[in-house]
Amino acid sequence: MSAGHGSAGLYRAGHSALHRLPAQCKIAAHLAFVLVVVCTPRETFWPYAAYALLLAAVAAVARVPAGFVARRLVIEVPFVLFALALPFLAHGPRVDVLGVGLSESGLWSAWGILAKATLGVIASVLLAATTSQRDLLLGLERLGMPRTIVQIASFMLRYADVIAGESERMRIARESRGFTPRHLGHLPVVAKSAGALFIRSYERGERVHLAMLSRGYDGAMPRLDSSATPASAWATAALLPLLASVALALAWAGR
Amino acid sequence: MTAPALEVQGLAYAYPDGHQALFGVDLRIERGERVALLGPNGAGKTTLVLHLNGIHTPGAGTVRVGGVQLAKDTVRDVRRRVGIVFQDPDDQLFLPTVREDVAFGPANLGLRGPALNAAVDRALAQVGMEGFADRPPHHLSLGQRRRVAVATVLSMEPDILVLDEPTSNLDPASRRELSTVLRGLDPTLLLVTHDLPYALELCPRSVLLDGGVVVADGPTRELLSDEALLAAHRLELPYGFDPSRVPAR
Ligand SMILES: Nc1ncnc2c1ncn2[C@@H]1O[C@H](COP(=O)(O)OP(=O)(O)OP(=O)(O)O)[C@@H](O)[C@H]1O
Ligand SMILES: [Mg+2]
Repeated sequence: MSAGHGSAGLYRAGHSALHRLPAQCKIAAHLAFVLVVVCTPRETFWPYAAYALLLAAVAAVARVPAGFVARRLVIEVPFVLFALALPFLAHGPRVDVLGVGLSESGLWSAWGILAKATLGVIASVLLAATTSQRDLLLGLERLGMPRTIVQIASFMLRYADVIAGESERMRIARESRGFTPRHLGHLPVVAKSAGALFIRSYERGERVHLAMLSRGYDGAMPRLDSSATPASAWATAALLPLLASVALALAWAGR
Repeated sequence: MTAPALEVQGLAYAYPDGHQALFGVDLRIERGERVALLGPNGAGKTTLVLHLNGIHTPGAGTVRVGGVQLAKDTVRDVRRRVGIVFQDPDDQLFLPTVREDVAFGPANLGLRGPALNAAVDRALAQVGMEGFADRPPHHLSLGQRRRVAVATVLSMEPDILVLDEPTSNLDPASRRELSTVLRGLDPTLLLVTHDLPYALELCPRSVLLDGGVVVADGPTRELLSDEALLAAHRLELPYGFDPSRVPAR
């Protein structure tokens, strides 16, 4: 660990066209794409294949390898478990699969949840892989998210680093003096450290705040850039949801 | 006659937990002066510094900056004129990039666009950190962070620059580079330090604080040559250092 590495898990530094696209365009495109996916009837399969192809193209443009995305799909596991349980739990007509009677509506639901969640998560991973946490927040602000909320989120990110830094220094200090937590008897030491960690982080927060006041901080972060987003960026970002909605329209028309 | 850059009169202060840290401090600094504030650990130096821009409110006494008395309605103005660089650069630097951190102060003063960029670039150039604008501060070395911390305050163009222990943890080269930077600046300088040779090098005048009061105030060379005074206030010169033999700057 180290301060500032909190985002390393999802963000993948790069200079691709996707990285350079303003965050607000990417966020809007992502939301629109997910909306299209959610509206797609689960009885037609081919639009899902089309969406997957579109995302593969986006990943190729962003130079994000498939393995990178695959490893980050683990956050989807709870949905997968839920989806797998559905065919066994749901009511209604049953179909035989390998000799096991499964609920037909449960199967459809499971497929729908799995396909839509997977596409949504992949899209989110691609967004997060090409946009730093900070840019994501700035993008949300430009899309109209209240500044106070954006500020709180920014400070949370910042303080997560501060606290991680303090706790790492304390761990090093403990272990340099021969302490390695091995069994429950060591719990009191760890608990006391946690208390001290809270105080230290709190006091550091206070000092950071004092230093901010000294530089004229009055409770609102100064808004620095006011440059408008170029129309070409919006047009580029719109490609993904537009193509996806073509597939959606065809899917509904073909029913 | 113009008002002094800084005038502190009868300043007393007790922390909320009841600990009295300052017992009536008097200090007057003229414009353009470079003054060292010396004193042992716990003397009250940092506490005094935190009064100079209204972070602490005096229990008794007054602080005047450029003739303006510090009060609720003047605190914004005073904070623009007094730039404080804190003891620990990690307390000072809190934004994701050096550029944003250096822009924070002037942006709070209302600067935007090209004027803001110019202020940032100038401050970074003053401390020799031009190439680091887009780096995250927490990935810099301590000496680099210290210089950026100085830049975050210089970008506000303060009339008085106050540095709390700027040389602690600096290697000799960074220490010397910082002194070059500081000597090149125009504003009035108040330098809080335990580093007596550094005080002698940079500041013609020194003020010695102990037990929350000013116990000596005079030319740095004279103060540092007074062995009895230094010993009485737990200050020690480095081994073999003779202030009377250091050439004047
Ligand atoms: N937050 C606080 N609450 C209570 N007492 C405090 C607080 N901060 C400092 N003190 C006390 O006030 C006195 C002066 O502290 P101050 O930090 O001003 O000393 P200093 O001269 O800056 O010392 P150093 O050289 O160690 O930085 C000390 O006795 C200290 O214990
Ligand atoms: Mg101090």
